[in-house]
Amino acid sequence: MADLPTGASVRSHCVGTTAVVYATDYLNKLSGERIERECRLQLESGCRALVINFRDTELVNSIGVSILLAVIDAVERVGAHLVFSDVNSQTIELFELLGLTRHVMVAASENEAFACLTEFALVHDRAGH
Amino acid sequence: MTALIDMSDKMQRLIHTFAALADLGQEIADTGDFHEMVLTSLHLMLGSMAIRRGAITEFDSEARVLRFIATRGIEAQEPGYVAMDSESISDLLSAGPITINIDGSSLVSTRFAERYRTVLGTHRIELLLPLIVRDKLVGLILLGEKASGKAFSEDDREVLSAMGRHIAVGIQERRLLEELEHRATENRDLYEELRAIYHDTVKAFAAAIDCKDKYTRGHSERVGNYSEIIAREMGWSENAVEGIAVAGYLHDIGKLVVERDILNAPHYIDAKQSAELNRHPAAGYEILAPIHHPYADISLMVRYHHERMDGAGYPEGLIGDQIPVGARIVALADSFDAMTTDRPYRRRRSLEEVVVDLRDNAGKQFAPDVVASLCRALLKEVTGETSERRIMRMLGKGYVESERISPLLAELILELEAGLRTSAAGNS
Repeated sequence: MADLPTGASVRSHCVGTTAVVYATDYLNKLSGERIERECRLQLESGCRALVINFRDTELVNSIGVSILLAVIDAVERVGAHLVFSDVNSQTIELFELLGLTRHVMVAASENEAFACLTEFALVHDRAGH
Repeated sequence: MTALIDMSDKMQRLIHTFAALADLGQEIADTGDFHEMVLTSLHLMLGSMAIRRGAITEFDSEARVLRFIATRGIEAQEPGYVAMDSESISDLLSAGPITINIDGSSLVSTRFAERYRTVLGTHRIELLLPLIVRDKLVGLILLGEKASGKAFSEDDREVLSAMGRHIAVGIQERRLLEELEHRATENRDLYEELRAIYHDTVKAFAAAIDCKDKYTRGHSERVGNYSEIIAREMGWSENAVEGIAVAGYLHDIGKLVVERDILNAPHYIDAKQSAELNRHPAAGYEILAPIHHPYADISLMVRYHHERMDGAGYPEGLIGDQIPVGARIVALADSFDAMTTDRPYRRRRSLEEVVVDLRDNAGKQFAPDVVASLCRALLKEVTGETSERRIMRMLGKGYVESERISPLLAELILELEAGLRTSAAGNS
Protein backbone atom coordinates (compact mmCIF):
# COMPACT_ATOMS: atom_id res chain seq x y z
CA MET A 1 0.00 0.00 0.00
CA ALA A 2 1.89 3.09 -1.17
CA ASP A 3 0.80 6.70 -1.19
CA LEU A 4 1.10 8.16 -4.68
CA PRO A 5 2.58 11.57 -5.33
CA THR A 6 -0.43 13.34 -6.70
CA GLY A 7 0.47 17.01 -6.39
CA ALA A 8 -1.58 19.72 -4.71
CA SER A 9 -3.90 18.34 -2.06
CA VAL A 10 -5.30 15.06 -3.43
CA ARG A 11 -4.13 12.02 -1.54
CA SER A 12 -4.52 8.52 -2.84
CA HIS A 13 -3.23 5.01 -2.40
CA CYS A 14 -3.65 1.69 -4.15
CA VAL A 15 -4.64 -1.70 -2.80
CA GLY A 16 -4.15 -4.18 -5.59
CA THR A 17 -6.14 -2.87 -8.53
CA THR A 18 -8.26 -0.64 -6.32
CA ALA A 19 -7.33 2.99 -5.81
CA VAL A 20 -8.59 5.07 -2.92
CA VAL A 21 -8.76 8.79 -3.63
CA TYR A 22 -9.42 11.23 -0.81
CA ALA A 23 -11.66 14.19 -1.54
CA THR A 24 -10.92 17.51 0.17
CA ASP A 25 -13.13 19.46 2.57
CA TYR A 26 -14.96 21.41 -0.13
CA LEU A 27 -15.49 19.80 -3.49
CA ASN A 28 -15.41 22.75 -5.87
CA LYS A 29 -13.83 23.31 -9.28
CA LEU A 30 -10.21 23.37 -8.26
CA SER A 31 -10.27 20.44 -5.89
CA GLY A 32 -12.78 18.59 -8.09
CA GLU A 33 -10.57 18.82 -11.14
CA ARG A 34 -7.66 17.42 -9.14
CA ILE A 35 -9.77 14.49 -8.03
CA GLU A 36 -10.98 13.88 -11.58
CA ARG A 37 -7.41 13.98 -12.88
CA GLU A 38 -6.27 11.59 -10.17
CA CYS A 39 -9.11 9.15 -10.88
CA ARG A 40 -8.35 9.21 -14.60
CA LEU A 41 -4.66 8.59 -13.91
CA GLN A 42 -5.51 5.63 -11.69
CA LEU A 43 -7.79 4.17 -14.36
CA GLU A 44 -5.15 4.69 -17.03
CA SER A 45 -2.57 2.96 -14.87
CA GLY A 46 -4.76 -0.13 -14.70
CA CYS A 47 -6.98 0.29 -11.63
CA ARG A 48 -10.30 -1.41 -12.11
CA ALA A 49 -12.00 -0.07 -8.99
CA LEU A 50 -12.01 3.35 -7.42
CA VAL A 51 -13.04 4.37 -3.95
CA ILE A 52 -13.53 8.07 -3.40
CA ASN A 53 -13.36 8.73 0.30
CA PHE A 54 -15.36 11.78 1.38
CA ARG A 55 -14.44 11.63 5.08
CA ASP A 56 -13.04 15.20 4.97
CA THR A 57 -15.72 16.58 2.67
CA GLU A 58 -18.28 18.88 4.19
CA LEU A 59 -19.78 20.35 1.05
CA VAL A 60 -20.15 19.43 -2.60
CA ASN A 61 -21.32 22.19 -4.92
CA SER A 62 -22.74 21.95 -8.45
CA ILE A 63 -19.33 21.95 -10.05
CA GLY A 64 -18.32 19.14 -7.70
CA VAL A 65 -21.39 17.15 -8.80
CA SER A 66 -20.55 17.73 -12.46
CA ILE A 67 -17.01 16.55 -11.89
CA LEU A 68 -18.18 13.44 -10.07
CA LEU A 69 -20.45 12.71 -13.05
CA ALA A 70 -17.38 12.91 -15.27
CA VAL A 71 -15.61 10.43 -13.00
CA ILE A 72 -18.64 8.12 -13.18
CA ASP A 73 -18.52 8.45 -16.96
CA ALA A 74 -14.79 7.63 -17.08
CA VAL A 75 -15.26 4.60 -14.82
CA GLU A 76 -18.16 3.30 -16.93
CA ARG A 77 -16.20 3.72 -20.14
CA VAL A 78 -13.48 1.31 -18.97
CA GLY A 79 -15.89 -1.05 -17.23
CA ALA A 80 -14.45 -0.32 -13.78
CA HIS A 81 -16.30 0.08 -10.46
CA LEU A 82 -16.77 3.14 -8.27
CA VAL A 83 -17.66 3.40 -4.60
CA PHE A 84 -18.20 6.57 -2.60
CA SER A 85 -17.29 6.09 1.05
CA ASP A 86 -17.61 8.09 4.26
CA VAL A 87 -20.12 10.50 2.72
CA ASN A 88 -21.85 12.75 5.26
CA SER A 89 -25.62 12.61 5.51
CA GLN A 90 -26.24 15.95 3.84
CA THR A 91 -24.12 15.02 0.83
CA ILE A 92 -25.70 11.56 0.61
CA GLU A 93 -29.11 13.21 0.48
CA LEU A 94 -27.91 15.42 -2.35
CA PHE A 95 -26.44 12.50 -4.28
CA GLU A 96 -29.67 10.54 -3.86
CA LEU A 97 -31.79 13.51 -4.83
CA LEU A 98 -29.80 14.07 -8.00
CA GLY A 99 -29.62 10.40 -8.90
CA LEU A 100 -25.86 9.89 -8.56
CA THR A 101 -26.45 6.91 -6.28
CA ARG A 102 -28.04 5.09 -9.21
CA HIS A 103 -24.58 4.89 -10.77
CA VAL A 104 -22.25 4.33 -7.81
CA MET A 105 -22.18 2.20 -4.72
CA VAL A 106 -22.13 4.12 -1.44
CA ALA A 107 -20.36 2.70 1.61
CA ALA A 108 -20.24 3.93 5.18
CA SER A 109 -16.46 3.42 5.44
CA GLU A 110 -13.46 2.54 3.37
CA ASN A 111 -13.49 -1.03 4.72
CA GLU A 112 -17.11 -1.38 3.78
CA ALA A 113 -16.26 -0.06 0.32
CA PHE A 114 -13.65 -2.79 -0.12
CA ALA A 115 -16.17 -5.34 1.15
CA CYS A 116 -18.72 -4.06 -1.38
CA LEU A 117 -16.22 -4.40 -4.18
CA THR A 118 -15.25 -7.94 -3.08
CA GLU A 119 -18.87 -8.99 -2.84
CA PHE A 120 -19.61 -7.39 -6.18
CA ALA A 121 -16.72 -9.28 -7.75
CA LEU A 122 -17.89 -12.56 -6.20
CA VAL A 123 -21.43 -12.01 -7.45
CA HIS A 124 -20.10 -11.30 -10.89
CA ASP A 125 -17.80 -14.32 -10.77
CA ARG A 126 -20.71 -16.51 -9.77
CA ALA A 127 -22.75 -15.00 -12.56
CA GLY A 128 -19.96 -15.92 -14.92
CA HIS A 129 -18.97 -12.34 -15.82
CA MET B 1 -45.12 12.01 6.09
CA THR B 2 -44.45 11.40 2.39
CA ALA B 3 -45.53 14.95 1.67
CA LEU B 4 -43.03 16.22 4.24
CA ILE B 5 -40.19 14.22 2.69
CA ASP B 6 -41.19 15.51 -0.77
CA MET B 7 -41.14 19.06 0.53
CA SER B 8 -37.74 18.55 2.14
CA ASP B 9 -36.39 17.09 -1.11
CA LYS B 10 -37.81 19.96 -3.07
CA MET B 11 -36.27 22.43 -0.64
CA GLN B 12 -32.85 20.83 -0.86
CA ARG B 13 -33.05 20.70 -4.63
CA LEU B 14 -34.02 24.39 -4.68
CA ILE B 15 -31.12 25.34 -2.42
CA HIS B 16 -28.70 23.40 -4.62
CA THR B 17 -30.10 24.99 -7.79
CA PHE B 18 -30.10 28.51 -6.37
CA ALA B 19 -26.52 28.07 -5.21
CA ALA B 20 -25.63 27.02 -8.77
CA LEU B 21 -27.44 30.05 -10.17
CA ALA B 22 -25.63 32.36 -7.77
CA ASP B 23 -22.28 30.80 -8.65
CA LEU B 24 -23.13 31.14 -12.34
CA GLY B 25 -23.90 34.85 -11.95
CA GLN B 26 -20.58 35.33 -10.18
CA GLU B 27 -18.73 33.39 -12.87
CA ILE B 28 -20.28 35.40 -15.73
CA ALA B 29 -19.54 38.69 -13.95
CA ASP B 30 -15.90 37.72 -13.58
CA THR B 31 -13.87 39.18 -16.41
CA GLY B 32 -11.34 36.38 -16.44
CA ASP B 33 -10.56 33.81 -19.08
CA PHE B 34 -13.56 33.40 -21.39
CA HIS B 35 -13.16 29.70 -22.11
CA GLU B 36 -12.69 28.98 -18.43
CA MET B 37 -15.88 30.94 -17.74
CA VAL B 38 -17.84 28.93 -20.31
CA LEU B 39 -16.52 25.60 -19.03
CA THR B 40 -17.33 26.52 -15.44
CA SER B 41 -20.79 27.64 -16.51
CA LEU B 42 -21.34 24.29 -18.18
CA HIS B 43 -20.18 22.52 -15.01
CA LEU B 44 -22.62 24.54 -12.95
CA MET B 45 -25.47 23.83 -15.32
CA LEU B 46 -24.77 20.11 -15.46
CA GLY B 47 -24.08 19.87 -11.74
CA SER B 48 -27.22 21.75 -10.74
CA MET B 49 -29.39 18.88 -12.01
CA ALA B 50 -26.80 16.14 -12.36
CA ILE B 51 -27.00 16.14 -16.14
CA ARG B 52 -24.53 13.60 -17.45
CA ARG B 53 -23.28 15.36 -20.54
CA GLY B 54 -23.57 18.64 -22.31
CA ALA B 55 -21.98 21.19 -24.58
CA ILE B 56 -22.07 24.93 -25.11
CA THR B 57 -21.77 26.20 -28.65
CA GLU B 58 -21.29 29.74 -29.88
CA PHE B 59 -23.00 30.94 -33.04
CA ASP B 60 -20.68 32.55 -35.56
CA SER B 61 -23.06 34.63 -37.66
CA GLU B 62 -20.48 35.32 -40.36
CA ALA B 63 -19.51 31.70 -40.94
CA ARG B 64 -23.06 30.58 -40.02
CA VAL B 65 -21.82 27.79 -37.79
CA LEU B 66 -22.24 26.75 -34.18
CA ARG B 67 -18.78 26.29 -32.67
CA PHE B 68 -18.27 24.01 -29.68
CA ILE B 69 -16.67 26.11 -26.93
CA ALA B 70 -17.15 23.77 -23.95
CA THR B 71 -18.08 20.10 -23.70
CA ARG B 72 -18.45 17.56 -20.90
CA GLY B 73 -19.08 13.91 -21.65
CA ILE B 74 -19.42 14.65 -25.37
CA GLU B 75 -16.47 14.33 -27.65
CA ALA B 76 -16.56 17.36 -29.92
CA GLN B 77 -15.80 15.72 -33.24
CA GLU B 78 -13.79 17.49 -35.89
CA PRO B 79 -14.27 20.04 -37.30
CA GLY B 80 -15.73 21.18 -33.97
CA TYR B 81 -18.62 23.08 -35.45
CA VAL B 82 -22.10 22.54 -36.86
CA ALA B 83 -23.17 24.29 -40.06
CA MET B 84 -26.43 26.24 -39.90
CA ASP B 85 -28.88 27.33 -42.56
CA SER B 86 -31.30 30.23 -42.35
CA GLU B 87 -34.25 28.00 -41.53
CA SER B 88 -32.43 26.31 -38.64
CA ILE B 89 -31.42 29.71 -37.27
CA SER B 90 -34.93 31.09 -37.41
CA ASP B 91 -36.30 27.88 -35.85
CA LEU B 92 -33.91 28.15 -32.92
CA LEU B 93 -34.81 31.80 -32.47
CA SER B 94 -38.46 31.00 -32.03
CA ALA B 95 -38.54 27.52 -30.51
CA GLY B 96 -37.46 28.07 -26.88
CA PRO B 97 -36.09 24.97 -25.08
CA ILE B 98 -36.45 21.95 -27.38
CA THR B 99 -36.95 18.51 -25.89
CA ILE B 100 -35.31 15.73 -27.87
CA ASN B 101 -36.69 12.19 -27.82
CA ILE B 102 -34.55 9.12 -27.26
CA ASP B 103 -34.34 8.50 -31.02
CA GLY B 104 -33.10 12.03 -31.64
CA SER B 105 -36.43 13.35 -32.90
CA SER B 106 -37.84 16.45 -31.28
CA LEU B 107 -41.21 17.24 -29.80
CA VAL B 108 -41.10 20.64 -31.41
CA SER B 109 -40.41 20.16 -35.06
CA THR B 110 -37.36 22.16 -36.02
CA ARG B 111 -35.18 21.89 -39.04
CA PHE B 112 -32.09 21.86 -36.82
CA ALA B 113 -33.28 18.88 -34.79
CA GLU B 114 -34.36 17.05 -37.93
CA ARG B 115 -31.11 17.71 -39.72
CA TYR B 116 -28.94 16.54 -36.82
CA ARG B 117 -31.27 13.86 -35.50
CA THR B 118 -28.65 11.09 -35.74
CA VAL B 119 -25.97 13.08 -33.94
CA LEU B 120 -28.38 14.16 -31.20
CA GLY B 121 -29.48 10.54 -30.76
CA THR B 122 -25.89 9.22 -30.64
CA HIS B 123 -24.96 11.64 -27.89
CA ARG B 124 -28.24 11.03 -26.08
CA ILE B 125 -29.08 14.72 -26.10
CA GLU B 126 -32.40 15.36 -24.39
CA LEU B 127 -32.67 19.12 -24.36
CA LEU B 128 -31.60 21.95 -26.65
CA LEU B 129 -31.42 25.46 -25.21
CA PRO B 130 -31.05 28.21 -27.82
CA LEU B 131 -29.05 31.16 -26.45
CA ILE B 132 -30.66 34.40 -27.54
CA VAL B 133 -29.81 38.01 -26.72
CA ARG B 134 -31.89 40.83 -28.14
CA ASP B 135 -33.52 38.55 -30.69
CA LYS B 136 -30.17 37.34 -31.96
CA LEU B 137 -28.91 33.79 -31.75
CA VAL B 138 -25.62 33.73 -29.84
CA GLY B 139 -25.36 29.98 -29.31
CA LEU B 140 -26.98 26.70 -28.39
CA ILE B 141 -26.63 24.49 -25.32
CA LEU B 142 -27.00 20.75 -25.74
CA LEU B 143 -27.86 18.75 -22.65
CA GLY B 144 -27.87 14.99 -22.15
CA GLU B 145 -29.92 12.88 -19.77
CA LYS B 146 -30.16 13.42 -16.03
CA ALA B 147 -28.38 10.99 -13.70
CA SER B 148 -31.72 10.38 -12.03
CA GLY B 149 -33.07 8.95 -15.29
CA LYS B 150 -36.06 11.26 -15.01
CA ALA B 151 -37.18 13.47 -17.86
CA PHE B 152 -36.66 17.23 -17.62
CA SER B 153 -39.64 18.76 -15.84
CA GLU B 154 -41.15 22.13 -16.67
CA ASP B 155 -39.38 23.55 -13.58
CA ASP B 156 -36.09 22.11 -14.78
CA ARG B 157 -36.55 23.71 -18.18
CA GLU B 158 -37.28 27.08 -16.61
CA VAL B 159 -34.23 26.96 -14.34
CA LEU B 160 -32.02 25.81 -17.20
CA SER B 161 -33.44 28.55 -19.43
CA ALA B 162 -32.55 31.13 -16.77
CA MET B 163 -29.02 29.74 -16.60
CA GLY B 164 -28.89 29.79 -20.40
CA ARG B 165 -29.80 33.48 -20.41
CA HIS B 166 -26.88 34.18 -18.05
CA ILE B 167 -24.51 32.27 -20.29
CA ALA B 168 -25.87 33.99 -23.43
CA VAL B 169 -25.19 37.38 -21.87
CA GLY B 170 -21.68 36.22 -20.93
CA ILE B 171 -20.99 35.17 -24.52
CA GLN B 172 -22.48 38.37 -25.92
CA GLU B 173 -20.43 40.51 -23.52
CA ARG B 174 -17.25 38.76 -24.61
CA ARG B 175 -18.19 39.46 -28.24
CA LEU B 176 -18.77 43.14 -27.56
CA LEU B 177 -15.46 43.29 -25.75
CA GLU B 178 -13.72 41.63 -28.70
CA GLU B 179 -15.38 44.05 -31.07
CA LEU B 180 -14.23 46.97 -28.93
CA GLU B 181 -10.71 45.60 -28.80
CA HIS B 182 -10.79 45.12 -32.57
CA ARG B 183 -11.92 48.72 -33.07
CA ALA B 184 -9.33 49.97 -30.62
CA THR B 185 -6.64 48.08 -32.58
CA GLU B 186 -7.96 49.54 -35.83
CA ASN B 187 -7.89 53.03 -34.34
CA ARG B 188 -4.39 52.46 -33.04
CA ASP B 189 -3.25 51.29 -36.47
CA LEU B 190 -4.93 54.27 -38.08
CA TYR B 191 -3.27 56.58 -35.59
CA GLU B 192 0.12 54.98 -36.31
CA GLU B 193 -0.49 55.42 -40.05
CA LEU B 194 -1.43 59.08 -39.59
CA ARG B 195 1.58 59.57 -37.37
CA ALA B 196 3.84 58.02 -40.01
CA ILE B 197 2.26 60.25 -42.67
CA TYR B 198 2.78 63.29 -40.42
CA HIS B 199 6.44 62.44 -39.86
CA ASP B 200 7.00 61.72 -43.56
CA THR B 201 5.41 65.06 -44.38
CA VAL B 202 7.63 66.81 -41.85
CA LYS B 203 10.69 65.14 -43.39
CA ALA B 204 9.55 66.14 -46.87
CA PHE B 205 9.23 69.74 -45.66
CA ALA B 206 12.69 69.54 -44.12
CA ALA B 207 14.08 68.33 -47.43
CA ALA B 208 12.25 71.13 -49.25
CA ILE B 209 13.68 73.73 -46.85
CA ASP B 210 17.20 72.40 -47.31
CA CYS B 211 16.76 72.31 -51.10
CA LYS B 212 16.18 76.03 -51.12
CA ASP B 213 19.49 76.65 -49.37
CA LYS B 214 22.20 74.87 -51.34
CA TYR B 215 24.73 75.18 -48.48
CA THR B 216 22.71 73.35 -45.91
CA ARG B 217 21.67 70.09 -47.54
CA GLY B 218 20.59 67.58 -44.86
CA HIS B 219 20.94 70.25 -42.17
CA SER B 220 17.29 70.17 -41.02
CA GLU B 221 17.24 66.41 -40.71
CA ARG B 222 20.47 66.44 -38.68
CA VAL B 223 19.17 69.22 -36.42
CA GLY B 224 16.05 67.10 -35.85
CA ASN B 225 18.22 64.13 -34.95
CA TYR B 226 20.56 66.07 -32.66
CA SER B 227 17.59 67.67 -30.89
CA GLU B 228 16.06 64.24 -30.36
CA ILE B 229 19.32 62.85 -28.95
CA ILE B 230 19.85 65.79 -26.58
CA ALA B 231 16.23 65.72 -25.34
CA ARG B 232 16.41 61.98 -24.70
CA GLU B 233 19.68 62.47 -22.80
CA MET B 234 17.92 65.15 -20.73
CA GLY B 235 15.30 62.57 -19.76
CA TRP B 236 12.38 63.84 -21.81
CA SER B 237 9.43 61.51 -22.41
CA GLU B 238 9.35 59.64 -25.73
CA ASN B 239 6.42 61.72 -26.92
CA ALA B 240 8.21 64.97 -26.13
CA VAL B 241 11.36 63.62 -27.81
CA GLU B 242 9.32 62.96 -30.97
CA GLY B 243 7.97 66.50 -30.74
CA ILE B 244 11.36 68.16 -30.51
CA ALA B 245 12.61 66.09 -33.44
CA VAL B 246 9.77 67.62 -35.47
CA ALA B 247 10.75 71.09 -34.28
CA GLY B 248 14.32 70.35 -35.33
CA TYR B 249 13.21 69.20 -38.78
CA LEU B 250 11.13 72.34 -39.25
CA HIS B 251 13.26 74.91 -37.43
CA ASP B 252 14.23 76.67 -40.68
CA ILE B 253 10.80 76.46 -42.33
CA GLY B 254 10.69 80.27 -42.23
CA LYS B 255 13.51 80.29 -44.78
CA LEU B 256 10.89 79.37 -47.36
CA VAL B 257 9.86 83.03 -47.33
CA VAL B 258 13.45 84.36 -47.49
CA GLU B 259 14.88 85.29 -50.89
CA ARG B 260 16.88 82.45 -52.38
CA ASP B 261 19.69 84.88 -53.28
CA ILE B 262 20.16 85.80 -49.64
CA LEU B 263 20.24 82.17 -48.55
CA ASN B 264 22.67 81.25 -51.27
CA ALA B 265 24.92 84.32 -51.04
CA PRO B 266 28.51 82.97 -51.30
CA HIS B 267 30.04 85.40 -48.82
CA TYR B 268 28.87 87.95 -46.30
CA ILE B 269 25.47 89.54 -46.65
CA ASP B 270 24.72 93.18 -45.96
CA ALA B 271 22.69 94.49 -43.01
CA LYS B 272 19.44 94.60 -44.97
CA GLN B 273 19.89 91.07 -46.22
CA SER B 274 20.84 89.99 -42.70
CA ALA B 275 17.64 91.53 -41.33
CA GLU B 276 15.69 89.69 -44.02
CA LEU B 277 17.40 86.41 -43.13
CA ASN B 278 16.78 86.98 -39.41
CA ARG B 279 13.07 87.12 -40.11
CA HIS B 280 13.00 83.38 -40.66
CA PRO B 281 12.33 82.24 -37.03
CA ALA B 282 9.31 84.53 -36.73
CA ALA B 283 8.16 83.59 -40.23
CA GLY B 284 8.49 79.93 -39.27
CA TYR B 285 6.34 80.59 -36.23
CA GLU B 286 3.71 82.25 -38.42
CA ILE B 287 3.65 79.22 -40.70
CA LEU B 288 3.50 76.62 -37.92
CA ALA B 289 1.33 78.28 -35.28
CA PRO B 290 -2.02 77.73 -37.02
CA ILE B 291 -1.28 74.00 -37.46
CA HIS B 292 -2.57 71.68 -34.78
CA HIS B 293 0.51 69.53 -34.17
CA PRO B 294 0.29 66.32 -32.17
CA TYR B 295 3.12 67.69 -30.00
CA ALA B 296 3.30 70.78 -27.81
CA ASP B 297 5.18 74.02 -28.51
CA ILE B 298 6.64 73.16 -31.94
CA SER B 299 6.01 76.67 -33.24
CA LEU B 300 7.58 78.27 -30.14
CA MET B 301 10.71 76.15 -30.44
CA VAL B 302 11.00 77.30 -34.04
CA ARG B 303 10.37 80.95 -33.17
CA TYR B 304 13.04 81.08 -30.48
CA HIS B 305 15.77 78.83 -31.90
CA HIS B 306 18.02 81.86 -32.51
CA GLU B 307 17.63 83.32 -29.05
CA ARG B 308 20.73 83.32 -26.83
CA MET B 309 21.02 82.79 -23.08
CA ASP B 310 22.67 86.21 -22.70
CA GLY B 311 19.83 88.00 -24.47
CA ALA B 312 21.82 88.82 -27.60
CA GLY B 313 19.73 86.61 -29.85
CA TYR B 314 16.67 87.27 -31.98
CA PRO B 315 13.81 87.82 -32.71
CA GLU B 316 12.93 89.00 -29.18
CA GLY B 317 16.24 88.99 -27.29
CA LEU B 318 14.89 86.71 -24.58
CA ILE B 319 17.22 85.94 -21.67
CA GLY B 320 17.94 82.60 -19.97
CA ASP B 321 14.80 80.92 -18.62
CA GLN B 322 12.59 83.13 -20.81
CA ILE B 323 13.66 80.91 -23.70
CA PRO B 324 11.67 77.67 -23.86
CA VAL B 325 13.86 74.63 -23.07
CA GLY B 326 12.95 73.07 -26.43
CA ALA B 327 14.19 76.17 -28.26
CA ARG B 328 17.46 76.03 -26.30
CA ILE B 329 17.93 72.44 -27.44
CA VAL B 330 17.16 73.21 -31.10
CA ALA B 331 19.49 76.23 -30.91
CA LEU B 332 22.42 74.09 -29.79
CA ALA B 333 21.59 71.34 -32.32
CA ASP B 334 21.47 74.00 -35.07
CA SER B 335 24.81 75.55 -34.10
CA PHE B 336 26.51 72.20 -33.51
CA ASP B 337 25.56 71.07 -37.01
CA ALA B 338 26.67 74.40 -38.49
CA MET B 339 30.07 74.07 -36.78
CA THR B 340 30.59 70.43 -37.74
CA THR B 341 29.67 70.62 -41.44
CA ASP B 342 31.52 72.16 -44.37
CA ARG B 343 30.12 75.25 -46.01
CA PRO B 344 31.30 76.50 -49.43
CA TYR B 345 32.90 79.50 -47.82
CA ARG B 346 34.64 77.64 -44.95
CA ARG B 347 35.75 74.18 -43.83
CA ARG B 348 34.16 72.68 -40.78
CA ARG B 349 36.02 73.02 -37.50
CA SER B 350 37.74 70.13 -35.78
CA LEU B 351 35.70 68.49 -33.04
CA GLU B 352 38.23 69.69 -30.45
CA GLU B 353 37.63 73.28 -31.60
CA VAL B 354 33.90 72.73 -31.44
CA VAL B 355 34.15 71.49 -27.85
CA VAL B 356 36.20 74.57 -26.96
CA ASP B 357 33.52 76.74 -28.59
CA LEU B 358 30.82 75.00 -26.59
CA ARG B 359 32.77 75.61 -23.37
CA ASP B 360 33.27 79.27 -24.25
CA ASN B 361 29.65 79.84 -25.11
CA ALA B 362 27.91 77.76 -22.45
CA GLY B 363 25.84 80.22 -20.45
CA LYS B 364 26.24 82.91 -23.12
CA GLN B 365 24.86 81.50 -26.34
CA PHE B 366 23.91 78.00 -25.14
CA ALA B 367 22.19 76.63 -22.06
CA PRO B 368 24.84 74.81 -19.96
CA ASP B 369 22.60 71.84 -19.12
CA VAL B 370 21.83 71.36 -22.83
CA VAL B 371 25.53 71.49 -23.73
CA ALA B 372 26.29 68.99 -20.96
CA SER B 373 23.61 66.64 -22.33
CA LEU B 374 24.97 66.77 -25.87
CA CYS B 375 28.49 66.14 -24.57
CA ARG B 376 27.29 63.21 -22.46
CA ALA B 377 25.47 61.63 -25.42
CA LEU B 378 28.55 62.06 -27.61
CA LEU B 379 30.91 60.72 -24.93
CA LYS B 380 28.73 57.61 -24.52
CA GLU B 381 29.08 56.93 -28.23
CA VAL B 382 32.81 57.66 -28.31
CA THR B 383 33.59 55.39 -25.33
CA GLY B 384 31.23 52.65 -26.51
CA GLU B 385 29.03 52.98 -23.41
CA THR B 386 26.14 52.85 -25.84
CA SER B 387 26.04 50.74 -28.98
CA GLU B 388 24.31 53.58 -30.82
CA ARG B 389 26.44 55.63 -33.20
CA ARG B 390 23.92 58.25 -34.32
CA ILE B 391 26.02 61.34 -33.63
CA MET B 392 29.18 59.75 -34.98
CA ARG B 393 27.38 58.67 -38.15
CA MET B 394 26.15 62.24 -38.69
CA LEU B 395 29.63 63.62 -38.07
CA GLY B 396 31.05 61.22 -40.63
CA LYS B 397 33.94 58.78 -40.76
CA GLY B 398 37.35 59.91 -39.51
CA TYR B 399 36.09 63.12 -37.91
CA VAL B 400 35.95 61.89 -34.32
CA GLU B 401 39.29 60.97 -32.77
CA SER B 402 38.10 59.11 -29.74
CA GLU B 403 41.26 59.25 -27.65
CA ARG B 404 41.66 62.99 -28.06
CA ILE B 405 38.04 63.99 -27.70
CA SER B 406 37.04 61.77 -24.75
CA PRO B 407 39.01 63.62 -22.04
CA LEU B 408 37.89 66.99 -23.42
CA LEU B 409 34.27 65.95 -23.31
CA ALA B 410 34.60 64.39 -19.85
CA GLU B 411 36.29 67.53 -18.52
CA LEU B 412 33.66 69.84 -20.00
CA ILE B 413 30.83 67.72 -18.63
CA LEU B 414 32.35 67.84 -15.12
CA GLU B 415 32.83 71.58 -15.38
CA LEU B 416 29.30 72.23 -16.62
CA GLU B 417 27.72 69.93 -14.05
CA ALA B 418 29.65 71.60 -11.24
CA GLY B 419 28.48 74.96 -12.50
CA LEU B 420 24.89 73.75 -12.67
CA ARG B 421 25.10 72.43 -9.09
CA THR B 422 26.49 75.73 -7.85
CA SER B 423 23.79 77.60 -9.71
CA ALA B 424 21.07 75.35 -8.28
CA ALA B 425 22.44 75.82 -4.74
CA GLY B 426 22.48 79.59 -5.27
CA ASN B 427 18.87 79.58 -6.46
CA SER B 428 17.66 77.53 -3.49
